[in-house]
Amino acid sequence: MNALLTMVKRDLLLVMRRKSEALTALFFFVVVTSLFPLGIGADAALLRKIAPGIIWVAALLSTLLGLQRMFAADYADGTLEQLVLSPQPLVLLVTGKIIAHWIVCGLPLVLLAPVIGLQFDLDSSSLYVLMATLFLGTPVLSLLGSIGAALTLGVRGGSLLMSLLILPLYIPVLIFGAGAVYANSVGLNTSGHFSLLGALLILALAFVPWVSTAAVKIAIE
Amino acid sequence: MRGENGVGKTSLLRLLTGLSKAESGEVLWNGQSIFVDPGAYHRQLLFLGHRDALKEEFSALENLQMYASLDDVNLTAEIALAALWRFGLRGRENLPVHYLSAGQKRRVLMARMLTRQASLWILDEPFNALDVNAIEELEHLIAEHLEGGGMLILTSHQVIRLPKVKVLDL
Repeated sequence: MNALLTMVKRDLLLVMRRKSEALTALFFFVVVTSLFPLGIGADAALLRKIAPGIIWVAALLSTLLGLQRMFAADYADGTLEQLVLSPQPLVLLVTGKIIAHWIVCGLPLVLLAPVIGLQFDLDSSSLYVLMATLFLGTPVLSLLGSIGAALTLGVRGGSLLMSLLILPLYIPVLIFGAGAVYANSVGLNTSGHFSLLGALLILALAFVPWVSTAAVKIAIE
Repeated sequence: MRGENGVGKTSLLRLLTGLSKAESGEVLWNGQSIFVDPGAYHRQLLFLGHRDALKEEFSALENLQMYASLDDVNLTAEIALAALWRFGLRGRENLPVHYLSAGQKRRVLMARMLTRQASLWILDEPFNALDVNAIEELEHLIAEHLEGGGMLILTSHQVIRLPKVKVLDL
């Protein structure tokens, strides 16, 4: 457990020292979601309708921006080898890196969502649902993304390949995340969407760290 | 371990650490394969490769402390500072590693070797980028490690002035 906390702290401190990279992903999210209302114009009904989809797609893409860094920097300077050779279980260290990624790239999206939602004229109950779906969904994005980040280590043009690998895996999260907001706006029950998102999160938490750990070991070899 | 460039010195070292897996044969530690209980093996192992594995954004002191906590070694700030001072990094302990020269980075690694408390050191060309004084200091450090009952496997293109050194020519 200690190893996990050390890893989270270390990665967060690294991000603090190099703020620009983390802020880029965040600004991307804000800018992309702000462009749509500007481009479409003042059709409030249309904006409300497309808001969940656009915000969720922007969240997927901005998560991707941060993913590349998850293992690549440690791989390049040899730190990843040292992590593999540490007496601590590698799976804990990898989980720590995933958590740190979520805190940097996922959590801010959840907190920004209400502000972004206002631009799309979402009502308060939709904003709550949007935040809740992002809160459940973005950890899944970080988890699934870690597999792609680890598998494409040391591959030339890895970031492009990673997008191709990972984006299809994000589809269920996108469907249920955006679907819940839409269902809420037309007065349907959203508990099914939330249950499925929660199930995805639990499944990903249980299995993905092991898969990513195996992928990291392959990359090191 | 000696040999021409590309003959496989580093590959052999990586096999010994368990970073790579051998196609046939196995590496034993205390009579059992290193893959049976990797945690116990890694606790006793310090491997330093070509890359310095230091985080450029962190200071030398932070790097040492980070590795100590990842390696599960109890390291107080005083001991860490003393180790850095011993290798001539007094006054640079809080400077981001980014600002240190290649030789100074190797000195940070020497401080890590001193504080790591591992019984087996596997070093890939540790004498690279070191000045005359640093080479002497590293030789002292290695001699101390060996006197304390430690083991060492290293590759080098230089002549090693160490007692009881066995040379493997690849």
